[in-house]
Amino acid sequence: MDLSSINPILLLASLMVAATPILLAALGELVSERAGVLNLGVEGMMITGAICGFAIAVETGSPVVGFAAAAAGGALLSLLFALLTQLALANQVASGLALTLFGLGLSALLGQSYVGIRPPATAKLDIPLLGDIPVLGPVLFSHDWMVYFGLALTLAVWAALKYSRAGLILRAVGENHDAAHALGYNVVGVRILAILFGGACAGLGGAYLSLVRVPQWTEGMTAGAGWIALALVVFASWKAGRVLLGAYLFGGVTVLQLNLQAAGVDIPVEYLSMSPYLITILVLVILSADRSRAPGSLGRIFHASR
Amino acid sequence: MTFTRLLTGAALALGMATTAIAEDKTKVGFIYVGPIGDGGYTYEHNQGRLAVEEHFGDKVETVYQESVPEGADAERAITQMALQGADLIFTTSFGFMDATVNTAKKFPKVKFEHATGYKRADNLSTYSARFYEGRSVLGVIAGHMTKTNKIGYIGSYPIPEVIRGINAAYIEAKKVNPDVEFNIIWAYTWFDPAKEADAATALIEQGNDVILQHTDSTAPSAAAKAKGDVITFGQASDMAEYKPEPRVSSIIDNWGPYYIERVQAVMDGTWESTDTWAGIDDGMVVIGEITGPVPDDVKQEALAMRDAIASGEYHPFTGPLNKQDGSEWLKEGETADDATLLGMNFYVEGIKGDIPQ
Repeated sequence: MDLSSINPILLLASLMVAATPILLAALGELVSERAGVLNLGVEGMMITGAICGFAIAVETGSPVVGFAAAAAGGALLSLLFALLTQLALANQVASGLALTLFGLGLSALLGQSYVGIRPPATAKLDIPLLGDIPVLGPVLFSHDWMVYFGLALTLAVWAALKYSRAGLILRAVGENHDAAHALGYNVVGVRILAILFGGACAGLGGAYLSLVRVPQWTEGMTAGAGWIALALVVFASWKAGRVLLGAYLFGGVTVLQLNLQAAGVDIPVEYLSMSPYLITILVLVILSADRSRAPGSLGRIFHASR
Repeated sequence: MTFTRLLTGAALALGMATTAIAEDKTKVGFIYVGPIGDGGYTYEHNQGRLAVEEHFGDKVETVYQESVPEGADAERAITQMALQGADLIFTTSFGFMDATVNTAKKFPKVKFEHATGYKRADNLSTYSARFYEGRSVLGVIAGHMTKTNKIGYIGSYPIPEVIRGINAAYIEAKKVNPDVEFNIIWAYTWFDPAKEADAATALIEQGNDVILQHTDSTAPSAAAKAKGDVITFGQASDMAEYKPEPRVSSIIDNWGPYYIERVQAVMDGTWESTDTWAGIDDGMVVIGEITGPVPDDVKQEALAMRDAIASGEYHPFTGPLNKQDGSEWLKEGETADDATLLGMNFYVEGIKGDIPQ
């Protein structure tokens, strides 16, 4: 065992990179679930975002345009889900699963000619003074801008849900859609917007995988990250702060266990491999002991005539 | 009740009708563990399928299912393929073994071929390549090329095939560089680009400047390229898109000739249950072009090793070799027999760490 070969500064820095894709996807799903829509298509939207972002970034040479395209691609796919569940009143679980399968197939098709290409590098934010602080500098201030975007988005989602009027309406729609309808709010409209936001975020998360974390396009490259994001929302009791904590915990333990393995630590590898899942669930379950519960209308179909 | 019967009858009739139409065509099915666009292991199996199509033209029809999970669902996928009227089915991953055995029992007339497994039946063959021969060649390059004397190895699952590869690479790396040290990460997946990239990053950050992988995607090469100053090797496929570096050579699985031979046997009615384990000499294992920063003398040494293995002059597991615990495994000049290799569950002396049990 040689723990000295693990550099804690690099470890903390890679933790933030590993956590960002699931953080983004989970935030989007959080908003859509708070509006009462259970969208199981996160995996499909993520991978669609991954290829849309990758393809556009390669074609234009600009990662920023790529990320924008990823958000658009994810949102476009989620629009399909919105049409099915909000206008055609289809079952949300079935539509969501179908969306995942469709997204996986669509991305494989779109990605045919992008295998083995290297994407343009996403710019790192080099903040002149802050980046030079020992220890904190490399850990906190030397990342690409998407990492900070994820953090800012967490803050924005939290604040919007808690303090803004729009957030209040969104929560009302999610808690009791009949009451919200009776008050004159456009339930379907709010939900469609929430679904689109969820799709855009999932798309960004996927693009972060293909443009920064891996960075390349490979079919099926999300490999279950969307499902982890979905589970994270539930275990985080539909709260933005806890989603952030859960994502960082999951990313952190994932990176840590790989580092411990590489350093030859004397813990059976099976335990190390399951540790990200166990620790994340454990911490979030302990946190959710405060009787927080799912949005009241989650997964229920709304029809104005009833 | 009547309605279900009617449906069953209709389905059966339909099934017979399709078989009748397709009678003159041999239908060959493939079950893949990853997507055909993984750029590695499954990609090469699919190249083999395409070679079959090209060779036989109208005489064959091929079907495939990709990203089939290793587990209960595999049996459903294989059964479905057999029900669709496949005459010969290749299941291309170790984890499909029991599912293939079970399905083969249910369909005695269908021929099955399972890659890298060891359970056979009258209608079930096994086939595999001696990937470890390729690992020996890569081991020579890895041992010479490392400056930090630390070589990272990303393993998938702790199964004999992967352990064999680690041992083969270590033995040769150690011979050319006695100070070399292997750091092994078990990813517990064949295909998860994000995790493979994370594993490569963790190894690189800990000072490993040569990365070997036994997982299927090109993600470790992508991660190495992003970090710089690290070399990698193509796994299962040439991974030529990362030439000339970080990828400096590769082990290519060349399944096409074998698939063509077996399909021909089914057509001729000469197919028998066999156990194939072919290596560099049969062309099933190919060493990809050696590129980039590898100096010419290292390249020549690696090629000489390849040729010696191909001609049978040298066996990658030749004594004296001890097991990790120091007990004697092979005496001076003795070579390992296939049974030991197939069930290999120990590291050779010098490798640190335990194999997960």
